[in-house]
Amino acid sequence: MKHAYTWGAILVVVLASTTGDVLLSRAMKKVGDVGQLWRRSGLVTVAWHILRRPSFMVGIFMMAVAFFSLLFALSWADVSLVAPASASLTFIANAVAAKIFLHERVDHRRWIAALLVAAGVVLLAG
Amino acid sequence: MTFRKYLVLAGVTLFAAIGDTFLARGMKQVGNVSLHNLPDLVFTILDPWVALGILFLLLFFAAYMTALSWADLTYVLPATSLGYVLLALIAKFYLHEQVSPMRWLGIGLISAGVGFVTQGPALTRHPSHHDQKMEPEAVGTRAKS
Repeated sequence: MKHAYTWGAILVVVLASTTGDVLLSRAMKKVGDVGQLWRRSGLVTVAWHILRRPSFMVGIFMMAVAFFSLLFALSWADVSLVAPASASLTFIANAVAAKIFLHERVDHRRWIAALLVAAGVVLLAG
Repeated sequence: MTFRKYLVLAGVTLFAAIGDTFLARGMKQVGNVSLHNLPDLVFTILDPWVALGILFLLLFFAAYMTALSWADLTYVLPATSLGYVLLALIAKFYLHEQVSPMRWLGIGLISAGVGFVTQGPALTRHPSHHDQKMEPEAVGTRAKS
């Protein structure tokens, strides 16, 4: 049961946080460079620009789902397994999702990085 | 990429690793949560270590959102995964977890992935934001794909 709980929770973390990451990234790209906006019109304006985006709010919700699933996994397995495994699997799912949904240019360099991380995850689980 | 932006990326890395560590410490005190008592998860945030972990993860989130406002998701995520190396060191020396040679190797591969991605451009659409040193290679990869 320990393994099923751990990896089931990790799967939920990966799916929820990939969805969350894509939505949050889309929202922040629309907001634009936060540093510049802050210097130009202050922190309140920055917060307003971010919080009024529906994709930001849904992204936060998905992150909350991922967070509680992570807590669940951490109660069953070591942090040096759970945290890197869930986050780096999320990274691979993100490379695919970012290419499809955000139209980011995922070049050879970024794919090689994804493969290296994937191999790393397999070793972490062993 | 300016120095200030690298600082933000460093913040993302550090706050995430520290936050995860405190969470792990707290959850070890709370103990295993069974599927039948899922609502108990909500009350775990009353544990001081879990609460401290959440505080650091909020700092992480602010830095992460800032980074996403000027860099690609597929750049920010791997660029900040050096945190796993940090996490493994913390797990070994602070939480006293067993980190086997295979896990060290896995962590090494993840770090290599980080090295790869940070050599490339940070943002897809704005050429002016590219790391100038790597600009010619970035153009080369674009031509191939």
